Amino acid sequence: MTNDPYSRRPFIIMGSVVIVVLVFIARLFWLQIIDQSQKQKADNNALLRQVVYPSRGLIYDRNGELLVINQPIYEVTLIFQEMRHGFDTVAFCQCLNIDREEFDQRIAAIRDKKRNRGFSTYTPQIFMAQLGKEDVASLRETSYKYPGMGIRKRTLRGYNYPYAAHILGSVGEVSQADLDRDVYYQAGDYSGRDGLERTYEKRLRGEKGVEVIMRDSRGRIQGSYHDGAEDVEAVTGTDLHLSLDIHLQALAEQCLQGKVGSVVALEPATGEILALASSPTWNPEILVGKQRSTQYNRLLNDPTKPLFNRALQATYPPGSTFKTIQSVVCLQEGGITPQTKYPCSGPGSSPIKCTHHHGSPVSLLNAIEQSCNPYFWCAFRDMLQKDGYGDDNAVFRKRYNLWRNDVMKFGLGQRFKNTDLGEQAAGKIPYEREYNRTYGEKGWKAITIRSLSIGQGEVLVTPLQLANQAATLANRGYYITPHLNTELTSNPDLRHVTGMDTTWFSIVAQGMHQVMTHGTGRWYNIDSLQMCGKTGTVQNPHGKDHAIFIGFAPMDAPKIAVAVVVENAGFGATWAAPVASLMMEQYLTDTIRRKNIYNKMVNTVLEHPSEQQ
Amino acid sequence: MTRNSVISGIDWWTIILFLVIALFGWLNIYGASYTFDQTSLFDLSNRAGKQFLWISVACVLGIAVLFVEGRTYEVIAYLLYAFWIVVLLITPLLAHNTKGSMSWIDLGPLKFQPAELAKMITALALAKYMGRYEYRVRSWRDLMVPFLLLALPAGIIMVWQSETGSALVFASFLIMFYRSGMSGYVLTGGLSFALLFICAIRFGEVALPLGTGSVGVLICYLVLIAVVVGFMWLQEQDGKNTLILCGIIVLTYAAGLIANIWFTVNFNLISLVALVLALAYFTFVVLYRRHFSLLIVTAYVAVALLFCEACTMVFDKVLQPHQRTRIEVLLGLKDDPAGAGYNVNQSLIAIGSGQFTGKGFLKGTQTKLRFVPEQDTDFIFCTVGEEWGFIGSAGVLIVYLIFILRLIFIAERQRDNYSRIYAYCVAGIFFFHLTINVGMVLGLLPVIGIPLPFFSYGGSSMISFTLLLAVLLRLDAERLNKLH
Repeated sequence: MTNDPYSRRPFIIMGSVVIVVLVFIARLFWLQIIDQSQKQKADNNALLRQVVYPSRGLIYDRNGELLVINQPIYEVTLIFQEMRHGFDTVAFCQCLNIDREEFDQRIAAIRDKKRNRGFSTYTPQIFMAQLGKEDVASLRETSYKYPGMGIRKRTLRGYNYPYAAHILGSVGEVSQADLDRDVYYQAGDYSGRDGLERTYEKRLRGEKGVEVIMRDSRGRIQGSYHDGAEDVEAVTGTDLHLSLDIHLQALAEQCLQGKVGSVVALEPATGEILALASSPTWNPEILVGKQRSTQYNRLLNDPTKPLFNRALQATYPPGSTFKTIQSVVCLQEGGITPQTKYPCSGPGSSPIKCTHHHGSPVSLLNAIEQSCNPYFWCAFRDMLQKDGYGDDNAVFRKRYNLWRNDVMKFGLGQRFKNTDLGEQAAGKIPYEREYNRTYGEKGWKAITIRSLSIGQGEVLVTPLQLANQAATLANRGYYITPHLNTELTSNPDLRHVTGMDTTWFSIVAQGMHQVMTHGTGRWYNIDSLQMCGKTGTVQNPHGKDHAIFIGFAPMDAPKIAVAVVVENAGFGATWAAPVASLMMEQYLTDTIRRKNIYNKMVNTVLEHPSEQQ
Repeated sequence: MTRNSVISGIDWWTIILFLVIALFGWLNIYGASYTFDQTSLFDLSNRAGKQFLWISVACVLGIAVLFVEGRTYEVIAYLLYAFWIVVLLITPLLAHNTKGSMSWIDLGPLKFQPAELAKMITALALAKYMGRYEYRVRSWRDLMVPFLLLALPAGIIMVWQSETGSALVFASFLIMFYRSGMSGYVLTGGLSFALLFICAIRFGEVALPLGTGSVGVLICYLVLIAVVVGFMWLQEQDGKNTLILCGIIVLTYAAGLIANIWFTVNFNLISLVALVLALAYFTFVVLYRRHFSLLIVTAYVAVALLFCEACTMVFDKVLQPHQRTRIEVLLGLKDDPAGAGYNVNQSLIAIGSGQFTGKGFLKGTQTKLRFVPEQDTDFIFCTVGEEWGFIGSAGVLIVYLIFILRLIFIAERQRDNYSRIYAYCVAGIFFFHLTINVGMVLGLLPVIGIPLPFFSYGGSSMISFTLLLAVLLRLDAERLNKLH
């Protein structure tokens, strides 16, 4: 090959080869070193980050009794891509006890991208959830017939006792609001929806783990990635130890059966809630699993409003139970002295009648014992008018505010803060301005607000506040904010001091003891337990009076403070006192000896206006 | 000539490069088809084991070929060619339909693709025809027969066997044609047509902001107008005619814009008018000045113009639906990772996830978990990219580069035309395969399913490439014995 006219061409060809290879290397450099997006896509591609659900924290009562447990449930999932390989739909439907139509509907629902944003034919999609072990057993046996099917285990709540539904709350599918608020959740997760399950959601739920699993392009699981080195283990939720005494709680709920009302029991020294019952209630078991939504709707539409936690949210005038506070405040602010006596004309008294018959004039101790209305009107009046009315009633109004502040120190008229209870009502101790608005600044006097003296009128309290009031009296002047989690007990922020003289409290305690020995509570007294109490019968414009009782025992070293409200029951002495008495007996002696009282309370059904609607 | 001198004349560099590529390919097939319970590289029940078998068979056949005198091929070249055309013709009658392609024959354990061997046989026939002592490429007439020699098997494979990829490989002989004296304009012209096609299709659906017409076609016409203006400017000194030409073009477009005020104007049509006017004026000037060689520009632009017009039609009516989608995806017309672009997308992800040093042998998650279809055949390069990273994949490319440059070097040292032409055919085939295959895997070129030589899994291609190379090595070994 001499004289080749094209001798330059080999170099052009070689140059082209070099250029092509350099272009490829540049492209590789871009893909592998500069552009990091491919790496991320690769991770998403091959690695399936499967959520490992932690088991939820358990809930115990104060004696270590297990109240709330976890029970396994199963979800049936399908990977659509793999169902093509001979999925036996007929047998599948038979095992799940559904017909072909429902099968098709469910498949259509999964495929609906509007409702199921995470839809992919390559990943497991939940076909049916919340199945029991028996439901999936037959599917397991014949699983070879259903390529693409998976059975996932989740846990649901289980309850060892059919009580405390209001307190414990329930777990349900996470709401859209929670999904938006907390990135922890993904659609389909479970979270505490109410009660303690919601309050302590963050500690009970634990931390989800991640299992990094390799899958192939058809979504099939190929094994664990790096032998699980990249896995994040799920952190089990923290258990919750409640101050609740489940047996006391059971008694409270049993006593309220067939009635509308609530019972709250506290340990005065610690503020720990021993029992908190609201009636009507439900078995917490019914809000678990598949039936949850229908049962929840049933509760929601029930005219007796079982979902309404009366112990925290219902407000009533305190009635005669308020006389205990009146006694302390009037003594403290100098309206009366322990020796003060007032005359009582019984039912003929004016401006407030007395509902009981007793001697006259009456002392403070006797007034408490006999629940004498005229005495407390006089005491209230004298306390408010101690320094006269002054110009434009200014002095009087100042005295009113003094009284209001003192009453508030018992925890009334406000929600308890820093506690773990659900939604509470504030109750009401009227502001001065409310009367100013109604009557004008100069238009109201002690006589105008005389109902307050006996716990009627504008004052409103919740059963929890009543119990706390009983605890304050039992403690002779301080209270610890009521709470359920025993860990809160040591929190110094929860301690509240009334700042009033212990002597006054001792007098009131003595009076309350006399109520149980000689007064309105005498039929339900147990001498050895040194019970103290105060009945109340609250006028109810909508029907029969509400029966109310507050008390504590034993008098000298109180272990339990109780408040009972039974709506539309009549006399406090008849319907509320026996419940409180049984509660004290149960808690202090661990048993109920007075079976007759117990049986009467459990078996009595009282009509409630809401049921007649 | 003694047997000894043949062995001493063997180009060991090529053999070493061949072995490096084949064995590294074998390792990567093992990686690509690795499932977790697999143990042996030699297990014949999996693809790596089979590939080892094919490499062994290919080596045995290759060594056998080395003992056959080079002259034999020259003698039987036409006969072999004729025989193989018959084989290609009857293949679809015996073949099973494999993904729309009718090119595979079942020969017991081996599925054989006659199209693979057709490349070598065509190369031999071309070498014999063009290697004649008196043969010179003086005009396009001298290339007629060689062109027919390559077009016949290519046509059969493309039309009769529906195996577009293998058919396109025959275009690699153009490199040899070029080396033998074919005008460089043919290659550049062909390349420019490909680019015009891509442009017309890629932006064919994009509407103009003004009037009607598509951006793609407009760009093609503007490029052609620029070619005309450029050559006009090159062939004259004063630039007067270029100015007139530009005036004509500007006036045409101005007329179009003004007309658009009253009614909607098709600007593709305006461009066509401008182009035709410009070309007419250019041709007139060329003829007037008797620069007849520049009539090639007129011819080129005229053909290109018809080509652009035909593009959309060809695209819509001639190409098969899957070819159309592949081109559309490649050109970015369709963005559907799970659809037609799935292969390329997954391939890019696999390669990109390899990073600088790769995930390590057998540690690739993308290829191993079968995200990349055809990962041990046409897409084998992404296993390299994922498991061996930039280092490994660039290394493989450099080994191929050295290999192809070595083949060109061998071609250039041949003393007779026959061997040199055959050597250029071989180099061209490897270059073409490398370019199309890696270009496809890297998402730079359309998805055309052709294997990476010696690397992709497959007995048929392994044996064919080895024979192709072995014949060259034998011819090369004999070079010292030939005297001219």
